[in-house]
Amino acid sequence: MLQGWVIVAVSFAYLGLLFAIAYYGDKRADAGRSIIANPTIYALSLAVYCTTWTFYGSVGRAASSGIGFLPIYLGPTLMVALWWFVMLKIIRISKANRITSIADFVASRYGKSQVLGGLVTVIAVVGIVPYISLQLKAISNSFTILLNYPDIVMPATAAAQPLSQDSALYIALILAMFTILFGTRHLDATERHEGMVAAIAFESVVKLLAFLAVGAFVTFGIYDGFGDIFARSEAVPDLKALMTFADTGSGYGTWWSLTVVSMLSIMLLPRQFQIAVVENVDEGHLRRAVWLFPLYLFLINIFVLPIALGGLLHFPDGTVDADTFVLTLPMVERQEALALLVFIGGLSAATGMVIVEAIALSTMICNDLVMPVLLRLRRLRLNERHDLSGLLLSIRRWAIVAVLLLGYSYFRAAGEAYALVGIGLISFAAVAQFAPAIFGGIYWKGGTRDGAVAGLMAGFLVWAYTLLLPSFAKSDWLPSEFLRDGLLGVALLRPQQLFGLSGLDEISHSLFWSMLANIGCYVGVSLRGRPSVDEASHATLFVDVFRRGGGAERSRLWRGSAHVGDLVPLIGRFLGPVRAQAAFAGYARSRGLGSIDELTADARLVSYAETLLAGAIGGASARAMVASAVKEEPLGLDEVMDILDEASQVRAYSRELEQKSRELEAATAELRAANERLTELDRMKDDFISTVTHELRTPLTSIRSFSEILLDEADLPVDERMKFLSIIVKEAERLTRLINQVLDMAKIESGNAEWQTAELDLREIIEESVAATSSLFGEKQIELTLDLPAGLPPVLADHDRLIQVMLNLLSNAVKFSPPKTGRVRVSLSRSDGDLRVDVHDNGPDISAADQAIIFERFRQVGDTLTGKPPGTGLGLPISRRIIEHFGGRLWVTSAPGEGVLFSFTLPQAPTGSAGRREARTIA
Amino acid sequence: MNRSNVTGQRLAAIFLLGCVLFNYPVLSLFNTSGAIFGIPLLYVYVFGAWSLLIGLLALVIERRRP
Repeated sequence: MLQGWVIVAVSFAYLGLLFAIAYYGDKRADAGRSIIANPTIYALSLAVYCTTWTFYGSVGRAASSGIGFLPIYLGPTLMVALWWFVMLKIIRISKANRITSIADFVASRYGKSQVLGGLVTVIAVVGIVPYISLQLKAISNSFTILLNYPDIVMPATAAAQPLSQDSALYIALILAMFTILFGTRHLDATERHEGMVAAIAFESVVKLLAFLAVGAFVTFGIYDGFGDIFARSEAVPDLKALMTFADTGSGYGTWWSLTVVSMLSIMLLPRQFQIAVVENVDEGHLRRAVWLFPLYLFLINIFVLPIALGGLLHFPDGTVDADTFVLTLPMVERQEALALLVFIGGLSAATGMVIVEAIALSTMICNDLVMPVLLRLRRLRLNERHDLSGLLLSIRRWAIVAVLLLGYSYFRAAGEAYALVGIGLISFAAVAQFAPAIFGGIYWKGGTRDGAVAGLMAGFLVWAYTLLLPSFAKSDWLPSEFLRDGLLGVALLRPQQLFGLSGLDEISHSLFWSMLANIGCYVGVSLRGRPSVDEASHATLFVDVFRRGGGAERSRLWRGSAHVGDLVPLIGRFLGPVRAQAAFAGYARSRGLGSIDELTADARLVSYAETLLAGAIGGASARAMVASAVKEEPLGLDEVMDILDEASQVRAYSRELEQKSRELEAATAELRAANERLTELDRMKDDFISTVTHELRTPLTSIRSFSEILLDEADLPVDERMKFLSIIVKEAERLTRLINQVLDMAKIESGNAEWQTAELDLREIIEESVAATSSLFGEKQIELTLDLPAGLPPVLADHDRLIQVMLNLLSNAVKFSPPKTGRVRVSLSRSDGDLRVDVHDNGPDISAADQAIIFERFRQVGDTLTGKPPGTGLGLPISRRIIEHFGGRLWVTSAPGEGVLFSFTLPQAPTGSAGRREARTIA
Repeated sequence: MNRSNVTGQRLAAIFLLGCVLFNYPVLSLFNTSGAIFGIPLLYVYVFGAWSLLIGLLALVIERRRP
């Protein structure tokens, strides 16, 4: 027989065992040989996620919606895969900033905002209260049912019992006491509770074993394996429907929204944050948790469906609440010991959750809600008290009691309207409100304090309106018209069909609207304003946590003066003087100093003090306290802007300098080139003048000498005289020609030449030139062939100048072709839109080196010993300049034994008359 | 690219795979009344896919680091 005292005794014995484990864990931790520094323990402690919701509630949920209980465990499985990025980052940030709770995290991210810390705390407390009431309900119900063993009696509704007989109240008080013993025996700067974690890990093992035991008993003891249960259920039409999804439209939507909400909860529930982040010993432990924790979830869910179906088969009339199948099935089979084990398993699940959750919440309430207020109330004169650690502890203890009593109140007010899972989901949706502020905060530097406050506020209000208030209304705590007709009778404001949105279950519905409001306000308000200096510096600390080496850099943006003598007592007031002395002495040693007295109160020390204090009273309060002790000169926005301005100015200057020096280099190079060209030109001018003088002197000398002969020798024969005179005339003509050409050249080069541009037919020009030089060809008996196709387009050029070029080329050809065997060929053709003229002779070839020289002034090719070829040496340079003036090119090609080919091209005239264009087309 | 980065990418891929496996179109393929060894097809699929994911996670995480 299971007497009441047996159950109570076993329960207390179990709690005592837990306490022993915790005590041992703490002792080991103090001795520096932690028992939780083990990845498996870490993964097991994470299983605090599985509460009585999992232990009792999953079966109840499965009995009504089949596989619909599973998303709550699939979500975390998916999420842990991302922990590698997300959780690692959160842990790293939290360690660097000594963050002790989720409220602290949010507050620190947005510039250590006390408002934000308080808001998160309020949301967390209000949101978690239903969840705690769920645990109380489960323990109280399972206790009552077990008490009636062997009869199966469903407990009466709590509200029907007088307060003094309600077991849930006593359970709440006992749990509160137990939690106080666990979590607030002493104040720790790191807010870590190694013993508690060890106990939680142990509880995880107990609840898993208990559930597996009852699952195996139902599946293989009562029935004949999985196949048997499912086969029997198939036969019952109501149960057959549980084998598949509901065909109603929202089935998959609900499934996915539950998956998402549980993905967020696994990171944002205060107790998960406490276990996964605050109690984390080594971030390497995450590795094993990534697969071990999902495996735990998998194992604890394997038997849920068999138990649910088995229970439904066993109690077909619906008199037994499906949430209790885990307990009632062993009871009807008269398995006393198993039933007791199940009760202990449920107790494990509940106590684990309540202890961690209450500790996490009490830390938040103390650090982010109560202390900021107390510190502000000047008449309490807290600033003058020497040791506040006792005050901190008692605030936390009272906070734990208050949280549990709140949970109990909710249980009495609204707990009966929902199944276990329904209550828990309300809490899940509440903590999901932290997601934008936290995930936005660690990946987006633009998120501001105002944005986070607005988003949290909006999301929380929508959540309360669409989930919390309806839960009160369903328990007749609020008028039910509120649900049916909406606020003030406005149908659009019906809390569970807000703005007419229907077709969603209440969780998806609330999640949609609250997230829309939350994210909308967070992003919208953040984008509207600009982060303050403090916010921006913390945003960088959080978002770029992987980029910086450690916490040493964090106080770069701090200026002020402090005294070690002020800091140590300040920290001592919260941590106790002895611990403060020890901490600062340790810091001094780490900096290579002998004692505290040698420390200088620089920015790093102040920052160290602040982190130390943050462990005890939260980041926001710590900042306020330290600021009161040190004379901080706040780094105003103007100053930061000045620094930034300075920096950007310096950068602008250096960029300008770079630019300037590059320009200078370019200018220098240009100058050097110009100088070289000038020197070259100077040399060329000298050459030119000496050449010209030389060229002029030759005919002048011969004219003078012949004139002198004529003058001196009066009796020269007539024919001799005539010969001399003709030489004089010829030399004079040559002189004139030379002078003309020099002038011509000078004119062209200086750009003063007159050009009379007109459309010209190159064929006519060539024919004209050939006619003018035909006598030369005749004299030397050189064969001239012409290849001049008709109908080619005209060119734009000066008629006389072009004739000059042709004459020059033709006379050159005649000059260098051997007499009698010489052959000259003139051809006209089109190439690439240009007209091309070739003059080819079979005279001596020009070597490649000479080909460039012949276009220089006064440079003639030939052996100077055997005499210069006739001509001035200016013909080709002038011709080249003329052709180039009209946009063409003049060049020479020559190969040994093939004579010399002079070619030039001229672009065809851009606008020709229509007739000519036609002719061209025909050609 | 360092080792930790590769692991992270593999885990992210497993996350995406899980999102697909446990979501509407794929899930509806198994939402039929069939059974394997007497266990409804939907249950077999969900638990099978779940154990597959856990196996992949363990494989990726616990692979010997060179």
